[in-house]
Amino acid sequence: MTKLGTPPPASDVTPEPLYLRRREFVRNAALFTATSAGAGGSLLWLMSGRRAGKKSSRSKGNPVDLPVARQGTESTNESRTPYRDVTTYNNFYEFGTDKSDPAELAGTLRPRPWTVRVDGEVQKPQVIDLDQLLGWFPLEERVYRMRCVEAWSMVIPWLGFPLGDLLRRVEPTSRAKYVAFTTLFDPEQMPGQQRRVLDWPYVEGLRIDEAMHPLTLLAVGLYGKTLPNQNGAPLRLVVPWKYGFKGIKSIVGIRLVEAQPPTTWNLAAPHEYGFYANVNPAVDHPRWSQATERRIGELRRRPTLPFNGYAEQVAGLYAGMDLREFF
Amino acid sequence: MRRARPLPWLKPGVVVGALVPLGAILLRAWRGELGANPIAQALNQLGLVALVFLVAALACTPLKTLFGWTWPIRLRRMLGLFGFFYGLLHVSTYTVLDQGLDWRAVWADVTKRKFIYVGASTFVLLVPLAVTSTSGALKRLGYARWKRLHRLAYVATVLGVIHFLWRVKRDVREPIVYGTVLAVLLLVRLGTYLRVRLAASAN
Repeated sequence: MTKLGTPPPASDVTPEPLYLRRREFVRNAALFTATSAGAGGSLLWLMSGRRAGKKSSRSKGNPVDLPVARQGTESTNESRTPYRDVTTYNNFYEFGTDKSDPAELAGTLRPRPWTVRVDGEVQKPQVIDLDQLLGWFPLEERVYRMRCVEAWSMVIPWLGFPLGDLLRRVEPTSRAKYVAFTTLFDPEQMPGQQRRVLDWPYVEGLRIDEAMHPLTLLAVGLYGKTLPNQNGAPLRLVVPWKYGFKGIKSIVGIRLVEAQPPTTWNLAAPHEYGFYANVNPAVDHPRWSQATERRIGELRRRPTLPFNGYAEQVAGLYAGMDLREFF
Repeated sequence: MRRARPLPWLKPGVVVGALVPLGAILLRAWRGELGANPIAQALNQLGLVALVFLVAALACTPLKTLFGWTWPIRLRRMLGLFGFFYGLLHVSTYTVLDQGLDWRAVWADVTKRKFIYVGASTFVLLVPLAVTSTSGALKRLGYARWKRLHRLAYVATVLGVIHFLWRVKRDVREPIVYGTVLAVLLLVRLGTYLRVRLAASAN
């Protein structure tokens, strides 16, 4: 034990240059840490799409179980894309342009109460409450392949009823040649609509024979439960042989019309997105190939099938048409 | 006593910071946190980080011009090389993981799709710059020739921004941000150039 007042021997005293270097070392270590943290943190921030300012708004209400009356005969038995992937990775520009945005931000959508106006060239135009609509048709589960125009795909067990059943009920007139669909327009519920990335509201269309085709589905659920907001609650279109963007979400209007209606992506980039948008490995998107796709969850790309594998059922609809021209 | 190099913490700090994105991507991939389409996510993020470094390397000289800072110049080579490094990872992810080394598909993409063609050009232009980034190469080439060659960095970075811009489907905000920053940096250089020319003609 060193006695107080006794100076340590001279040999124990740290030489002054070394003493100064120790302080310098501590200082440099601190600056090094700050520099690496600053540089690394900035890079992480840039990688995150600088989304710190975005307010997260996940859906509060959990999807509830829906009664499934029957299994659709057209279902594929390919392995289903996990629920988590189906509900966290999709495009729904009404909530942002990133594929993770809808799951993060769709909590502001209120899927009830909800009405759908069905009008135009029909004998019985009407505004239908969604719960009333659900009572009209037994719900079927249909496991469909979903091919996005961006060359990725999923297998999704939808729950819904054929669009044709609804159209027959409102009795189309002989002038009804096309069906035009409209998404809700409400920038408060759909914050992505506050910016004009697309011409809001989102609109889509089908030829009447496509709309009446038994594969064409109005979906109200997936995986046995009501649609999560981010997947187009409470009512969306599913046309499995067409690219995903034809599947308009959160529908408030269905109008039967005589002339081919405008469609949102076609308006945005006419040379990239056609009215028909049938899945076709032989017709590339101008900026990428459509010959192959990545099934979500798989490593290797797989070949894309004509009409997304539904050619047998739907190719007849397009007999005699040049699908390069009508892409 | 030998005077220590000034700012000895600067380069090591930037090196560690520059490796953070790679570490984050690997960690997220390992933990399955890259989302439903991890290859596309990694591809996009590596490309973005590459572009950030290319723009940062071009920011060094304008920072000296505007604020008189000389320390960024000492980082310039390293920033450019990190741009090449992340560009290489981006290109490897595309060819190996995304396309599964299907060289015919890769070739078709490069020749048929202008955004991939532009991206590939960016990378090809960076190769000679990375190769001649050493002090030895500078001596062998001579400063004037070396400098002329390394002006390709401007071309490559402009092409990198165009590659980004043409890739996005509709929301061009992010590429526009990078394009704007790059435009400002090039304007500062143009200003320097014009001042030098004016001064020369005044004499």
